[in-house]
Amino acid sequence: MFTGDEMAALCTAMGVTHVVSVADSTIGPWHPAIERTDGLRLVRVCREGEAWAVAAGLYLGGATPLVMIQCTGLFESGDALRNILHDWKLPIFSVIGYRSYLNQTTLPGDTCLVFTEPVLDAWRIEYRLITAPAQRDEILAHYMACRDASKPGAALIAEGKA
Amino acid sequence: MRDGAERMEQMDALRALHAARRADDVVITSMGAARDWMVLGAGPLDLPLVPSSMGTAPTIGLGLALAQPARRVIVVNGDGAMLMNLGSLVTITAAAPANLILILADNGVYEVTDAQPTPGSPGARADGTSVDFEAIARACGFRSVFHFRDAERWATDVVRVLDATGPTFVLLDVGSVPGSTGPRSPGPAAARAVELRRQLSAAAKLPGPTHP
Repeated sequence: MFTGDEMAALCTAMGVTHVVSVADSTIGPWHPAIERTDGLRLVRVCREGEAWAVAAGLYLGGATPLVMIQCTGLFESGDALRNILHDWKLPIFSVIGYRSYLNQTTLPGDTCLVFTEPVLDAWRIEYRLITAPAQRDEILAHYMACRDASKPGAALIAEGKA
Repeated sequence: MRDGAERMEQMDALRALHAARRADDVVITSMGAARDWMVLGAGPLDLPLVPSSMGTAPTIGLGLALAQPARRVIVVNGDGAMLMNLGSLVTITAAAPANLILILADNGVYEVTDAQPTPGSPGARADGTSVDFEAIARACGFRSVFHFRDAERWATDVVRVLDATGPTFVLLDVGSVPGSTGPRSPGPAAARAVELRRQLSAAAKLPGPTHP
């Protein structure tokens, strides 16, 4: 849906300094563009739960981090996310890939479609579902609104394959 | 940690660190180390990670080290928490911040829940061996790796260790304290986060890299 250059430009427009990420087949191809963008640093983590903690440290240190993971990693993130977003109330924004939303040919009946949005609701993360390139500005607008309110938020980006 | 081996008391180990740390260092402590660090006196740039998500202290330290490259970030973690997030050792060395020091206080047990053995300690392993955290840290690519078994040697060397080029991994063999409890939160977490960020922002203009 988006190219790496488009996502890197979006991060720059958001004022993001660090993208903390685990790759998937949609997010991974964005990494090279993020890495070559001045003012952006890609921080690769081994599992998604770590991403929230790295982002927390970056935020406490005065940086502007963005967590970029797949929805399966959101499921994995539970306790770290709870602690960072709700105990410490850190306004970490995330871009979450919504596996199989556009195309279930790889994984027919993918249960990511069952659980992703209820899990975001359960964790009280306000999100915007992005299903078309024309919605790019919605991501920026939602990010700015969350930043101004000093609360976490997410852009849930539809993906086409596992 | 090996059964029957010499171990220092955690409080002695932390006391030496407390004396050696610089005022502009950030010290992050978790679980039993947070409890004891608060007894010794946490500074305004310190983060007793209470409440915590067990295992996240090293990666919070990584983020702080990347955001604040001109100051040292010292993380004191336990072995149970380390085992919950061993991959963080690889995450840290991938980013390789020279200003991050990860201290692992290894007592072999989940101390605050009545000292059940961790899966890394001889008491919980089929072959009775101990997981070798020092070897793991070296294999993961930490630039400086140290292992101390007694408090006197640690107290003698701690300044040199903190000055080593990071990322640095320090293994301390410590004893557990029977009947010890978990750390009590020193106050509302959100307010402490705001204050730490403010303190770090206010002090952000350090004279320059103070670390190799």
